[in-house]
Amino acid sequence: MSSFTLISAALRRKKTRTFLTFSSVVFAFLIFGVLSMLQTAFSMGAEIANEDRLVVRHRVSLFQLLPQSYEADMEEIPGVVDAMHMTWFGGVYQDPSNFFMQSPVEPAEYLDMYPEVLVPEEAKLRWIETRNGVIAGRALVERLGWEVGDRIPIQPTIWRQAGRGDDAWEFELVGVYDADVEGFDQTQFLFRYDFFDEARSFGRGQVGWFMVRIADPDRAPEIAAAIDATFQNSAAETKSESEGAFAAGFANQVGNLGLIVTSILAAVFFTILLVAGNTMAQSVRERIGEIGLLKALGFTSSRVQRLVLMESVTLVTTAGFLGMVLAVGLERVLRPALAAYFPGLFLRPEDLLLGLGLAVVTGLVVGIFPARRAMRLETALALRRL
Amino acid sequence: MVDVRGVSRTFHRGRTPVPVLKGLSLQMEKGEFLALMGPSGSGKSTLLNLIAGLDRPTGGEVIVGGSEIHLLSERKLAGWRSRNVGFVFQFSNLLGALSAERNVAVPLLLTSFSARERRRRVDIALEIVGLSERGKHRPRELSGGEQQRVGIARALVNDPMLLVCDEPTGDLDRTTSAEILDLLVALNRDHGKTILMVTHDPVAAERASRTLHLEDGRLAEGGDDGTVAVPVHEPAGAAV
Ligand SMILES: Nc1ncnc2c1ncn2[C@@H]1O[C@H](COP(=O)(O)OP(=O)(O)OP(=O)(O)O)[C@@H](O)[C@H]1O
Ligand SMILES: [Mg+2]
Repeated sequence: MSSFTLISAALRRKKTRTFLTFSSVVFAFLIFGVLSMLQTAFSMGAEIANEDRLVVRHRVSLFQLLPQSYEADMEEIPGVVDAMHMTWFGGVYQDPSNFFMQSPVEPAEYLDMYPEVLVPEEAKLRWIETRNGVIAGRALVERLGWEVGDRIPIQPTIWRQAGRGDDAWEFELVGVYDADVEGFDQTQFLFRYDFFDEARSFGRGQVGWFMVRIADPDRAPEIAAAIDATFQNSAAETKSESEGAFAAGFANQVGNLGLIVTSILAAVFFTILLVAGNTMAQSVRERIGEIGLLKALGFTSSRVQRLVLMESVTLVTTAGFLGMVLAVGLERVLRPALAAYFPGLFLRPEDLLLGLGLAVVTGLVVGIFPARRAMRLETALALRRL
Repeated sequence: MVDVRGVSRTFHRGRTPVPVLKGLSLQMEKGEFLALMGPSGSGKSTLLNLIAGLDRPTGGEVIVGGSEIHLLSERKLAGWRSRNVGFVFQFSNLLGALSAERNVAVPLLLTSFSARERRRRVDIALEIVGLSERGKHRPRELSGGEQQRVGIARALVNDPMLLVCDEPTGDLDRTTSAEILDLLVALNRDHGKTILMVTHDPVAAERASRTLHLEDGRLAEGGDDGTVAVPVHEPAGAAV
């Protein structure tokens, strides 16, 4: 028997109330975990953005095209190591709900630009041999149940084939890529630009945007400005920014997610402080006589204060820890299940630590006033309430 | 053993001072069983609290077992209580979620005894109050009298020199009261405990070795029948 016996006795006095408070705290921390995961997922692009890559797009919008010839022009600019282009294809596979990102790329250029994308050697070879060859992310392939060698028809929405009306484009899956960076989009569908450019009914020589590798990330703003200056006053002016800034701008189109998440969390924790604080205050109020008794038996005021504080920490912190454990469990289940739709849905260690820290702090904050009250109780007076 | 000298205790109701004890003195011998009677609100509990070190006097001295407890800090007083005083209250006030034996063991949390010694003390205390078999029971599974016995076992577990009982039978029926009083008498007689008992019940007071009456903030010696004799603070010259 130890002090903990007294703490647990206090918590077991009103089992239903303790259970309800405990559950709401568990739930609050579970919400914290889930929201953190969502926030991570939405800001993933910015998080994993490579410092030495720039995105160059049309000044007006992402949906206006740029001449492919810019690639060579950009590679002339000092500080630029390599440039590569991509184009939004926007086709439909069987049903519009099967959404995934499709783009024509130049295979070698793409793989150079994205060393984090891992493709087996033989797939690379087949990609180069097969004009309508495609490589796709592991998550996408698993979600749609494809196998290498499958013929995959994609219905055009923008890019029709010259002289073939609304006919579907037919691609052949030649390989599957993995990525060795957490959160990298594993749902891309990448086919050959030469095949695409020859077959399309309009816009030959036009591409969507460029990825540009630079030698020195510290000089990114300067090089971006130099690129934009190069194409100033041309028919298609550009806007260059770092990959991170580009991704963050994209995430912000979803809404200011960080602010939303923070507001929800603030509301949740405020509620928890009220609920748990009320439970603790009530518990001390009901036990005034009992606390007087402990003091009469020789428990010092500071010891009584510690007991009440520990009671609050036990209730709130344990519940908070459990909530975070459940969040981790949920992540284990959701992450593989949703990887194909929602890459980057995971609980970052720093968020987990933040949650655990918050659980301790909340436990202390909730307990501090009831604990002081218990400490200050005058023994003789408290005993009259027995 | 207990030496109360010219003690006064004044409470404040708002700004109005309410003198409850007005300079009274009281001595108790070691091994004495003293009953304290008096009308409701006369200050019996207040006096008991002063002697038990739960409260400090406004004036005067309280010396118990050689310690000048009116001089001790709150912290020291808490330690002193845990070693020297056993408390029995009107209601047994056990912790509902704990078994009888765990309730008895609560004061031992303040000691450095080994688990084994604690176990031994709990067993002995429960044995003395005749509840050896009921240690595992929760308070709500025990009768009122049994709960009060557990309370007494808790008061005994640290082997205090002084037992203070504030209306220990106040909430019990005749028969059960008599049993509890038998137990207190036995503790006094067989275990040498010095006992101070506040009671409203003349039958209970009769079991004590001496009875004092508190009225209007002062003490008076009482006869065996519970009636008031000559107030001790008055000059006894007339009796010569
Ligand atoms: N801590 C306190 N603060 C203010 N007044 C107090 C305090 N303790 C006791 N009193 C007052 O002192 C008076 C004596 O109280 P006390 O409890 O000592 O009486 P009592 O003789 O034990 O009465 P009862 O037989 O009803 O238990 C009462 O008027 C009570 O209201
Ligand atoms: Mg009283």
